[in-house]
Amino acid sequence: MSIPKTITLEVSRYSPERDPQPYFQSYEVPVKKEWVILDALNYIKDQIDGTLTFRWSCRMGICGSCGYTINNEPKLGCATFLTQYGRGPIRIEPLRNFPVVRDLVVEIGEFLEKLKKVKPWLIHEDGNGTGEYLQTPSQLEEFRQHSMCINCLLCYSACPISGLDPIFVGPAALALAHRYNKDSRDQGADERMAILSHPEGIWGCTFVGECTRVCPKHVDPAGAIQQYKIAGAIDGLKQFLMPWGQKGKQPKREAQKS
Amino acid sequence: MVNKETEPIFWSLFSAGGVVAGLFLPIELLIFGIAIPLEWMHQPSYPALLALVHSPITRIYLFVLCSLPLFHFAHRFRYTLYDGLQIKHLNEVVFACCYGIAILGTVTAGYLLLTM
Amino acid sequence: MSSGQSSAPALAPVHGENEQPQVTYTEFHPRWYRPQISTYWWLGKWPYVKFILRELTSVAVAWTVAVMLMQIFALTHSGAFYDGFEALMALPVMILVNFIAFAFLVFHSVTWFNLAPKAMAVRVGGKRVHGILISGPQYLAWIAVSAIVLFILATRT
Repeated sequence: MSIPKTITLEVSRYSPERDPQPYFQSYEVPVKKEWVILDALNYIKDQIDGTLTFRWSCRMGICGSCGYTINNEPKLGCATFLTQYGRGPIRIEPLRNFPVVRDLVVEIGEFLEKLKKVKPWLIHEDGNGTGEYLQTPSQLEEFRQHSMCINCLLCYSACPISGLDPIFVGPAALALAHRYNKDSRDQGADERMAILSHPEGIWGCTFVGECTRVCPKHVDPAGAIQQYKIAGAIDGLKQFLMPWGQKGKQPKREAQKS
Repeated sequence: MVNKETEPIFWSLFSAGGVVAGLFLPIELLIFGIAIPLEWMHQPSYPALLALVHSPITRIYLFVLCSLPLFHFAHRFRYTLYDGLQIKHLNEVVFACCYGIAILGTVTAGYLLLTM
Repeated sequence: MSSGQSSAPALAPVHGENEQPQVTYTEFHPRWYRPQISTYWWLGKWPYVKFILRELTSVAVAWTVAVMLMQIFALTHSGAFYDGFEALMALPVMILVNFIAFAFLVFHSVTWFNLAPKAMAVRVGGKRVHGILISGPQYLAWIAVSAIVLFILATRT
């Protein structure tokens, strides 16, 4: 199929001072073979309508800023080519399951709070992981996939549970917790389990699997959460069947902290 | 009832039931619900089936087949109702109904298989 | 460049570990647009439809157990009861329901076996084993189990 000269972008607009709810505004933009959605949005901003508001930064799939809902699918604006959409139109909306601040910009404060909760850092008995710890390549392989997350939040946008249940910790944060649990240098698995073995933590996930499908970095949050659930189930069954064997396990880390 | 102490146990039952249901239930329903009524295979005689069910191994097999899949159902259906109908506020009622069915089925199976 | 980055609102302090995040600055942004999720969200996309169908296989599971409980009840009572059970199963409407339930059960088996490798990260020699080595044996077990059950019941006369 030949590339059309122009394509129509239907962009969701919302101004908190003026609009009761978002509406779509159409823009005609030129199509170039090498242009991605982000190029088209920047063209609109520079040439047609300077009031269009959207987040972006690196243009190369690293910063995780330019996640939008493109034709009903969460995608990175910098990794989605205009030519994928034939003659269009292309409908661009903010990410789902987040409050909209303006146009394509969403409020991610709640996510950042969740991220802090899962303690996404090395927890180690001598000085919280500030020393040097040896790690073999195969130990790195255990978690490398789950460490590729760029916090672009496409997974939260795809996850229906995140939308239905705003306090559900959600895919990226849980995958990141799993990443640190699997790290041979980390000793915080018990601490994290205490926080995440919870109906709003790992047990809230019903394995829709959409987070994994939309992840641009192949982090596989759905797989990570199910693996985490198995660990949580073994942990929970141990505590249920041998409550005496589990005492003294957690206070050790608690004492370290204080 | 739904908290961090109980959820790992319910999830374990859900998983175990999922495996049992996945492996055993299709053939059971295919034979007794479809193949025999449509006369694709002959109906085992009543005394032969009775003799089969009297064996302790069959009784254990049937008990497992009637209990674990119901706990699988209870967990999964509870979440389906939460998410599909957005009735999280009816949490307790849904929970009681789903696990009530599972416990009722398990007790019934245990009673029938022990007292026959 | 990007705009819309308002000055960072003050976040509420992080409370105890098990408390949910308290983002309390909504009053400074009274006009955030919060879309409502439709009750029929699971019809919105094919993967969601597949998901809800997969979750609804649990109803077929419960139904099958109910049929089995009826059968055990009839069997352990009397031959006349068991004849009644057979007559019930032979009703066209029952055969139809069982056909649908059977389709759901097979869907459950297939999705369950296919998703198992996701949940089980088995490593041998530092490498994660291929998913087929986890789901494959389950399919083989499924076939073996079905064959054994069929054999036992087909050889009763």
